[in-house]
Amino acid sequence: MQTRDEIRFLLNGRDVAVQAVGAGDTLLDFLRIDRRLTGTKEGCAEGDCGACTVLVGRLTPTGLRYEAVNACIRFLASLDGCHVVTVEYLQGPDGRLNPVQQAMVEHHGSQCGFCTPGFVMSLYSLWMETARPTAQEVETAIQGNLCRCTGYAPIIRAALAINDYGSAGADHLARERASVTDRLMALRDGRRVSVSDGTSRAILPADVDDLAAVLAEAPGATIVAGATDVGLWVTKQLRDISPAVFIGQIDGLRKIDRRDDGVVLGAGVTYTDAQDIIAEDYPHLAAYWDRIAGWQVRNMGTIGGNIANGSPIGDTPPVLIALGATITLRRGGERRTLPLEAFFVDYGKQDRSAGEFVESVTVPRPRGGHHAAYKISKRRDEDISSVAAGFNIQVENGVIASARVAFGGMAATPKRAAAAEVALEGQPWGAPAFEAAARALTSDFTPLSDMRATSEYRMKVAQNLFRRFWLEQSGEDARLKSA
Amino acid sequence: MKQTVSIQGGVHTDLHHDSAIKHVTGAAEYCDDIAEPVDTLHAYLGTSKIAHARIKSIDLGAVRAAPGVVGVLTARDIPGVNDVSPTGRHDEPVFATDTIEFWGQPLFAVVAESRDIARRAAELAVVETEALAHETDVASAMDAGYPHVTDPLKLERGDVREGQKAPRRIKGQMRVGGQDHMYLEGHIAFAMPGEDEDVIVHSSTQHPSEAQHMVAHVLGVPSNAVVVNVRRMGGGFGGKESQMNLFCAVAALAAKTWNRAVKIRPDRDQDMESTGKRHDFLVDYDVAFDETGRIQAVEGQFAARCGWTSDLSGPVTDRALFHADNAYYYPHVRLTSRPMKTNTVSNTAFRGFGGPQGVIAAERMIEEIAYDLGRDPLEIRKANFYGIHGDVTPYHQTVEDNILPRLVEDLEQDCDYQARRAAVLAQNAKGGIIRKGLALTPVKFGISFTATWYNQAGSLVHIYNDGSIMLNHGGTEMGQGLNTKVAQVVADAFQVDFDRIKITRTTTEKVPNTSATAASSGTDLNGMAALNACDQIKARLVDWAVGRWNVTPDEVQFHPNQVNIGGEVIAFNDFIKMAYMARVQLWAAGFYKTPKIHWDREKGMGRPFYYFAYGAAAAEVSVDTLTGEYSVDRVDVLHDVGKSLNPVLDKGQVEGAFVQGMGWLTTEELWWDDAGRLRTHAPSTYKIPLASDVPREFNVNLADWSENRERTIKRSKAVGEPPFMLPICVFEALGMAVASVKDYAECPRLDAPATPERVLMAIERLRG
Repeated sequence: MQTRDEIRFLLNGRDVAVQAVGAGDTLLDFLRIDRRLTGTKEGCAEGDCGACTVLVGRLTPTGLRYEAVNACIRFLASLDGCHVVTVEYLQGPDGRLNPVQQAMVEHHGSQCGFCTPGFVMSLYSLWMETARPTAQEVETAIQGNLCRCTGYAPIIRAALAINDYGSAGADHLARERASVTDRLMALRDGRRVSVSDGTSRAILPADVDDLAAVLAEAPGATIVAGATDVGLWVTKQLRDISPAVFIGQIDGLRKIDRRDDGVVLGAGVTYTDAQDIIAEDYPHLAAYWDRIAGWQVRNMGTIGGNIANGSPIGDTPPVLIALGATITLRRGGERRTLPLEAFFVDYGKQDRSAGEFVESVTVPRPRGGHHAAYKISKRRDEDISSVAAGFNIQVENGVIASARVAFGGMAATPKRAAAAEVALEGQPWGAPAFEAAARALTSDFTPLSDMRATSEYRMKVAQNLFRRFWLEQSGEDARLKSA
Repeated sequence: MKQTVSIQGGVHTDLHHDSAIKHVTGAAEYCDDIAEPVDTLHAYLGTSKIAHARIKSIDLGAVRAAPGVVGVLTARDIPGVNDVSPTGRHDEPVFATDTIEFWGQPLFAVVAESRDIARRAAELAVVETEALAHETDVASAMDAGYPHVTDPLKLERGDVREGQKAPRRIKGQMRVGGQDHMYLEGHIAFAMPGEDEDVIVHSSTQHPSEAQHMVAHVLGVPSNAVVVNVRRMGGGFGGKESQMNLFCAVAALAAKTWNRAVKIRPDRDQDMESTGKRHDFLVDYDVAFDETGRIQAVEGQFAARCGWTSDLSGPVTDRALFHADNAYYYPHVRLTSRPMKTNTVSNTAFRGFGGPQGVIAAERMIEEIAYDLGRDPLEIRKANFYGIHGDVTPYHQTVEDNILPRLVEDLEQDCDYQARRAAVLAQNAKGGIIRKGLALTPVKFGISFTATWYNQAGSLVHIYNDGSIMLNHGGTEMGQGLNTKVAQVVADAFQVDFDRIKITRTTTEKVPNTSATAASSGTDLNGMAALNACDQIKARLVDWAVGRWNVTPDEVQFHPNQVNIGGEVIAFNDFIKMAYMARVQLWAAGFYKTPKIHWDREKGMGRPFYYFAYGAAAAEVSVDTLTGEYSVDRVDVLHDVGKSLNPVLDKGQVEGAFVQGMGWLTTEELWWDDAGRLRTHAPSTYKIPLASDVPREFNVNLADWSENRERTIKRSKAVGEPPFMLPICVFEALGMAVASVKDYAECPRLDAPATPERVLMAIERLRG
């Protein structure tokens, strides 16, 4: 297969081609240092503050889609075939303020101004999709944006008023959709891309088979999907990830296949991509999904990556394990499928051999039962769980026929609460069963203490989640409206 | 002639932040956005990876040898003094020499062709150490006999022993956590070498004059060789008052060493690990009171985690004592501070400057009394307000401007406190999982630097002969709208439109010996200094006009964008042009010093504060008693800014301070591990409020009837810090919800921050 040795994308409507691209080069450094586009700021370099928010437009099966992402942990190589839009592009050719900017000025949405371009970009992205958002939609859109000055109130007021200053349809990004789509199509040449800055290499396989081939050649390569974790290896730990193999651009891995027995999510499917279809089958996950990281991270991060990195505190594994999800791994042409919980062997150790990659995750279709998903964290939004839990209880004739209860944050891996499940199964569907399960939990887990929570709290709150589950199932008001 | 027009952007009007458009377009220039000269170098700090140790050796061979590294700087490379202590105690070396005092302490700097190279090379140092026992916690530091970093303060009035004979007495202890500033723009300095000993440093500092003096001190040159410039900061909050000295000094030293421009910008982790934060406090209190809830005596010890050096811990712990009365009269009182050394980063200024930790202790004592007597805490508050039984503070200043009784009454009515409290009590009585809490707390905050000499300011106002005006003053812009407000003062003085005034960067070249933009004083001090400059220019203009037109001084009047001289109306521009041709000096340096204040620290007596700012807020919360999670359902604020110069900006300060203060008391937790390493050193682990944490209903109003009784700038009041303490009502409402599980029989004694974990554990404790 022919390879291409440069990254090609659009930046604020202009063609960009870069050959010297290292595996760990970030979009933010490219913008600020190479292009002197200094409106995009570095606040944390870990995807948690949103000061670097830019839009990335990419072609999807439903057309050109712009998403807010964090430029600080977005690798430059991953932008091949995309349109990158920064705050400098918003004013348009005539120099007038964009309605988002106008609303922010009129409502005093900036004080020190450092976070402001990031907020403007997140709100711009929201406004393009939702002209008249609710306050809750605004809050969700700016989950990934920190402001330390305003207390957010004026920003929310501005966000609710954007459409008073103009319509998204008249915005130049909207007017350029067709031409940008054509130009992005023209950038697609179906070739593997392999670029280097002389010391490190980034490879973008052309398709899934090519990915398998690349990994066969370089089994030790770092697989990068959304880079919301790997990005921090580079920006925080200064790790060398070369050779890095990028999979986010592979259409075949971004597929969502809805079958009778399950929804198959390709390894490159982002949280955002999956949100609606998951919530359709499992409504209890809708609100939970909104609490996974912030919007920018959900737009980049993948469910496959959330699993493959093996973190004990990833948000999706506990709830997916509870649902009985399976994972399919591939090496070369060989595939194997295993229950998701079996993938997590120990802390930092997963059942994945060199050269093998996560190809897809399959979430079974619903078959009734009682479900819940809980996330406990210091801060409601954009925080890492102290404890996360998925409940899936099947009841037959008033007796608990099966119980799948999985936790994150309680052990070295995401893990089922085996003793608690045993305590539930075969018991009458009622409070005593859940009290017994809560008690049994102490033999399932010995959680650790860290900056997020103490061991005692983790255990106490995990036990109480069984009580909350029962109370909710029996119709009691046992959850905050905002939780 | 009847005046029907007024200037655009005068005082007491709503006006946008002067940089608002630049903020939203990304055009506002921050230090890291300044175009770099060719061959700019980048410095990065190498820091300690141990909390307390004797240094045996530091091998920088691999650092120096890394490709792209130009050199390293250690204590031996400092031509002047290896010290950046802001109070002159000489206890804060730029680079450690023989002892490491905390995890993250700067040991050296590496200078390289790019920031990335410098940052990676800094990791290559080989540091051999001999570990020493470390104490990161204030209680353990006291137990271990650690020293004070600076002299403690005692405030005493009356006879505490006598007061403690009151019928009831409660002793308790409260832990109040610290707080990271989490300004979105971190520390940064960018130095350019000049001829001779000169160096220019661009930085994001709240205190350019101190940075200038520190750079001179470290380089061993006079202050006149150093210029420090600040156009704007991406947030400060006190974190850039003294903490930028280090970075300015290192950048300047490197720039002079290699004769190239040098920038230093730590990453967020290093910024949080190696620069100071709000002080954590451990407060021991002893309150005696009568059956009606009236306080008779208060004894309190305020121990603070100061970190490894004094920095500003002296004035911070002093201010905690100054505010340990909050709004309440203590007939007999003795307050002492214990500024403890710990093996942690040296804590520093942060919005409120120790005051919030004093206020929250006062409110805890009120809670104790209320729960003990089974009364609404608001009743106890009102019974103890200044003005009922006494007006003299523990530091012997008489409270002369108390407006709290009216302000609290207004808020209580407006937010329907009584009915809502009844509803909350009724709801909780049902015994559900979700419990409610409601609390209304007041704030009284003293305005002035307690270091009396800081209460001075300068300005430089130019009118160019085309009638355009350039304004410079010693204050720095960090988002608070200081430049906007001061320009409004100038616009008002000359009666010209706001946009005629160019606001320039703060620079030590234009106004010397400035004070930090801190202590909420920016507008009070610099507004007055600017007005003084305007008055000087106006006096010259009037003087000239009186002779030129043969009128009396009263007949020379500045009307909107024109001057009326005995009935003859001349456009301002033309008037200025004529004045220039007549050789009238069209610029002036202004000066201001705050009157009336004095402070004798040895005696603990004086009038440290020119006036007080007041406010009150009520919060209603819901708490999940199974998990400790909570939501803030409604908040009502009524805050006093005197006669506001710019109500919309002041309201922005109040809203912002409220949410920031809520963060301090709820989700923002600093956590050190057993090795003495701060593990919450980036936004991934340190959680400041997000949009969804803002109270679900958030009503913020200014007490528009208030005017400063002192002659401040246009009778306004300082606004930066006072509203930071309003969210203590959130904290106390959480306490009420917790206390409901034991039918309010016991004071919930929540420690701060009230994370969901602390809330749940308090519930568990009360349930027994």
